[in-house]
Amino acid sequence: MGIRFVLMVNKQGQTRLAQYYEYLTLEQRRALEGEIVRKCLARNEHQCSFVEHRNYKIVYRRYASLFFLVGVDDDENELAILEFIHLLVETMDRHFGNVCELDIMFHLEKAHFMLEEMVMNGCIVETSKANILAPIQLMDKTS
Amino acid sequence: MTSSSSSSSSNSIMDNLFQRTLEDLIKSSRLNFLPEHAFISNAMDEIRKEIKSTDPHTKSTALQKLSYLSSIHGIDMSFAAFHVVEVMSSSRFSHKKIGYGAASQSFHDSTPVILLITNQLRKDLKSSNLFEVSLALECLANAATLDLARDLTPEVFTLLSSSKVYVRKRAVGVVLRVFEKYPDAVRVCFKRLVENLESLDPPIVVAVVGVFCELASKDPRAYLPLAPEFYRILIDSKNNWVLIKVVKIFAKLAPLEPRLAKRIVEPVCDVMRRTGAKSLMFECVRTVVTSLSDHESAVKLAVEKIRELLVEQDPNLRYLGLQALSAVVGKHLWVVLENKEAVIKSLSDEDPNIKIESLRLVMAMVSESNVEEICRVLVNYALKSDPDFCNEILGSILETCSRNVYEIIVDFDWYVSLLGEMSRIPNCQKGEEIENQLIDIGLRVKDARLALVRVGRDLLIDPALLGNLYLHRILCAAAWVAGEYVEFASNPFQLMEALLQPRTNLLPPSIRAVYIHSAFKILIFCLDNYLMQNEGAASSYSNNMAGGDSVLVIGKKSTEALDLPNTEGQNYDQDEGFNPRNTNESSEDFPVGNNVDRVVTHESIVSVFNLIELVLGPLTANQDVEVLERARNVVAFVHLVKVEIFDDSVQNVDISKKKDAQVSAVIKLICNAFSMELGLVSISAQSRVAVPDGLVLKENLDDLQAICGDTELPSSCSFGVGGHHFDTTFDTSSSNLVKGEDSGPANESTSLLEHRKRHGLYYLPSEKNDIVSDNYPPANDPELSSNINDEAENLARLTEQSLLLKKKPNQMKPRPVVVKLDDGDVAPILVKKPEPRDDSLSGAVRDVLLGSETGPSSSRSNPSDKPSGKAKEKKKLSTDLPSETKEQLPDLENPNSRSKNRSHKKERRRRSPGNIVEEGEEHDQKGKKKSSRSHGKHKTRQRANSPLNSQTPVIPDFLL
Repeated sequence: MGIRFVLMVNKQGQTRLAQYYEYLTLEQRRALEGEIVRKCLARNEHQCSFVEHRNYKIVYRRYASLFFLVGVDDDENELAILEFIHLLVETMDRHFGNVCELDIMFHLEKAHFMLEEMVMNGCIVETSKANILAPIQLMDKTS
Repeated sequence: MTSSSSSSSSNSIMDNLFQRTLEDLIKSSRLNFLPEHAFISNAMDEIRKEIKSTDPHTKSTALQKLSYLSSIHGIDMSFAAFHVVEVMSSSRFSHKKIGYGAASQSFHDSTPVILLITNQLRKDLKSSNLFEVSLALECLANAATLDLARDLTPEVFTLLSSSKVYVRKRAVGVVLRVFEKYPDAVRVCFKRLVENLESLDPPIVVAVVGVFCELASKDPRAYLPLAPEFYRILIDSKNNWVLIKVVKIFAKLAPLEPRLAKRIVEPVCDVMRRTGAKSLMFECVRTVVTSLSDHESAVKLAVEKIRELLVEQDPNLRYLGLQALSAVVGKHLWVVLENKEAVIKSLSDEDPNIKIESLRLVMAMVSESNVEEICRVLVNYALKSDPDFCNEILGSILETCSRNVYEIIVDFDWYVSLLGEMSRIPNCQKGEEIENQLIDIGLRVKDARLALVRVGRDLLIDPALLGNLYLHRILCAAAWVAGEYVEFASNPFQLMEALLQPRTNLLPPSIRAVYIHSAFKILIFCLDNYLMQNEGAASSYSNNMAGGDSVLVIGKKSTEALDLPNTEGQNYDQDEGFNPRNTNESSEDFPVGNNVDRVVTHESIVSVFNLIELVLGPLTANQDVEVLERARNVVAFVHLVKVEIFDDSVQNVDISKKKDAQVSAVIKLICNAFSMELGLVSISAQSRVAVPDGLVLKENLDDLQAICGDTELPSSCSFGVGGHHFDTTFDTSSSNLVKGEDSGPANESTSLLEHRKRHGLYYLPSEKNDIVSDNYPPANDPELSSNINDEAENLARLTEQSLLLKKKPNQMKPRPVVVKLDDGDVAPILVKKPEPRDDSLSGAVRDVLLGSETGPSSSRSNPSDKPSGKAKEKKKLSTDLPSETKEQLPDLENPNSRSKNRSHKKERRRRSPGNIVEEGEEHDQKGKKKSSRSHGKHKTRQRANSPLNSQTPVIPDFLL
């Protein structure tokens, strides 16, 4: 499985979105998130965006007040994951217009939906912004 | 969409009116009226009530809120599992969506109600609304169990060839989970999955290549037959996402098949050269260095790219450059040597991850000839580094140097003193490892014992070290070494003092016990020597001990130095006077100096007795049983011996006549016991001991833990008295020993002098033991050793010579014997290999690809296996299988994999006639291989009829 989880965490370390592609109990998730947040948020701009943790490699990127953290397998391409994060942010940007933490808080379902469009079973299945957003826009229109 | 607040379609308007929507919930959580847990428990009370409502809208809104709380605040939502099923089956899409979202989020293999959703999923998978299909697929992707995967395989199979790209793409995505849970699904779906590889719709290709990348990473061999398809994508695709995945697939396949590797080298290099995307370029580099490292030109190109990465501004790229270097280091060490400047510069990078990566690389460069220099540089780095990285460095030095029983160490004296030096680094937390190695080297390397004792002494006499918690384990080892190998000590009395110094009360009891025991050993050694001297004139000693020569010499030296404790203020010039005598250690010297020595010896023995009584006396009432027991033993022994030998009235008279023969015998006995060599114990030693009758080993000893759970055994207990004898001759060791001793006393005395100046109070014997000031300077001030240049370039220059693999000129000493047990005394390091997890999956894949149709008949007998064109063809082929006529028509369609591959090729040829060179080659190869192919066909045929499990797949010739 390429991508194991996607997390969005704010500066204070509060989880804003968590999507796992393997089953972990709630306790395991909480512990994992705590460890990762502690490890990654302490790093500065001049340090690289890759952190090894347990048997994951964590690729993260910060956008304003929000950290995007993606846990991947060891042989996943780190730079591609960075591009994936960027694609996700751009997609949300296009949909929400200058996306911010609040957008994700109040539209968590949509954020999840975009992620679902992009990733299935930890495997990136869609990389075009238009394709990702088309079903969401269609659903918005009909509902 | 978050909640249709204005919707009024529900029947119970009241419910609706007063229900908080998700948005309300989030807003109120942001207002912070309540602490978080109170807010959550309020919300949960509300949700529990609402979710039982009969109104679908109220129910789904409650579920939506619950999902939110669960995913953000980690609330357990398993109690609502049945409500999730209810909401999923709602006819309204907006409700259904919430239900499916909740199911995807919270259902897993052990959710009981998951059995209830099969029919709902089947219905939705067949829905005409493609979003409903998508929801069901998403749910299947996240929560499929074996049952779900098995029951819904036919639907997924249908969707894999859906005319709607959107649905087909999602169906491809779900296949991974279905295969994982129910490998037999491969027999049904695999061909359709492969067909999707040829799709012209870019989204489908992205998805399907991703899926194959995942599948291939588990068991690459099964996917070798698909190499032509992947090759085509590698050549044709312009999508970087797809290319990365395809290159990744080839990284897995290439090592399995050299012909394939040869084939893809050029295209991969081509992509590497022309792409502007760093991610794709890096993927190619990684593939080349891991899987194509035999292809010189490709490696050269990759190294060029790595070099570019190493000098980038972006820390991400530098990190990856270093990672690529570590991947290449195994096969091409020269690459790392070529880039050593960048590597060493990265040692002082701002980013700890980069530092660790470069440390790994530096350690990879270590060899027998440069280990000393590299370690020196690294220890200097460790001194300046933050605690984490410092320990990272020390850990990797210790690990590298001790690998394969100190394989790369030639000069153990150097290594032992390095261990001592590392112990003194302020941030050192590797006490346990250093402890183990000190003892281990003591047991294994006879020639290193002299250096060990010297290093141990230096550690023991420094009172400052006792204050550092992390050093206690090292001090424990030092104390053990000092006691065990006391015959190598230049001054046992000094060791004794060090072991009994007041600050030892800072040690934990278990280590203190080792201290006391070592002091006991030293005492016995001194007494034995003392008695021996007295008998020396009569030369009745000669057969006393093994290795008597060296012991005699040492013993003599120790007597000479005996006056040290009592002559505090004196100038130590007289040491120089000792030196000549040390060097011409002839036993004839003995009677000459005897008279003088004996008086001094007597006094110093008495002073040692006094010291022991003073220090250990109070410990005979110690809380800890280990300390108490040992202290009592020693004190009682001293009482016994003192009365018998050193009667005050007979001080200067010839004692040898008066001494009790019994005491002398006791001392000899103990001394012999102590001088018995401790050997290594094999890890399998225990298992070789037969279990005696009546011994129940399986008995539950849980209560034992409560009794001795917090008692840590002193480390010396872990080494048994072994019957392991060394074959090395004593002559070499003793000569070495004498040589090493030359410079010993001089600098020893100065350091001792300094030490006493600094800690003069310690030597005032009447001082109350308990009051120990704690304001010692740090053991090893970084400032003191800051004569190293801070500039990274200078350090790079410093290592420059060391990294060149040149032989050190001053390596005169041959490597000493390092004892190893035959059956391996080190636990074998198990390289954990990822086990082929889903054998059944790859087995199924192989069956499908290699054309064996002998698998379980589920695929064919499946009722919903629609008679689509493809399926029909497959059936037809499988019925054709036993037909004899096929033998004569080798080029006809054939139900094995090759036929499939060829049919693909034909299609491709039809589709893309532009690729002329490519096809030409193909024809050539085909022509060449023809004979071997028809030969191979027989094999395949036979195999198809043979039982499934006995087959070893013959990979068909998939060269393109």
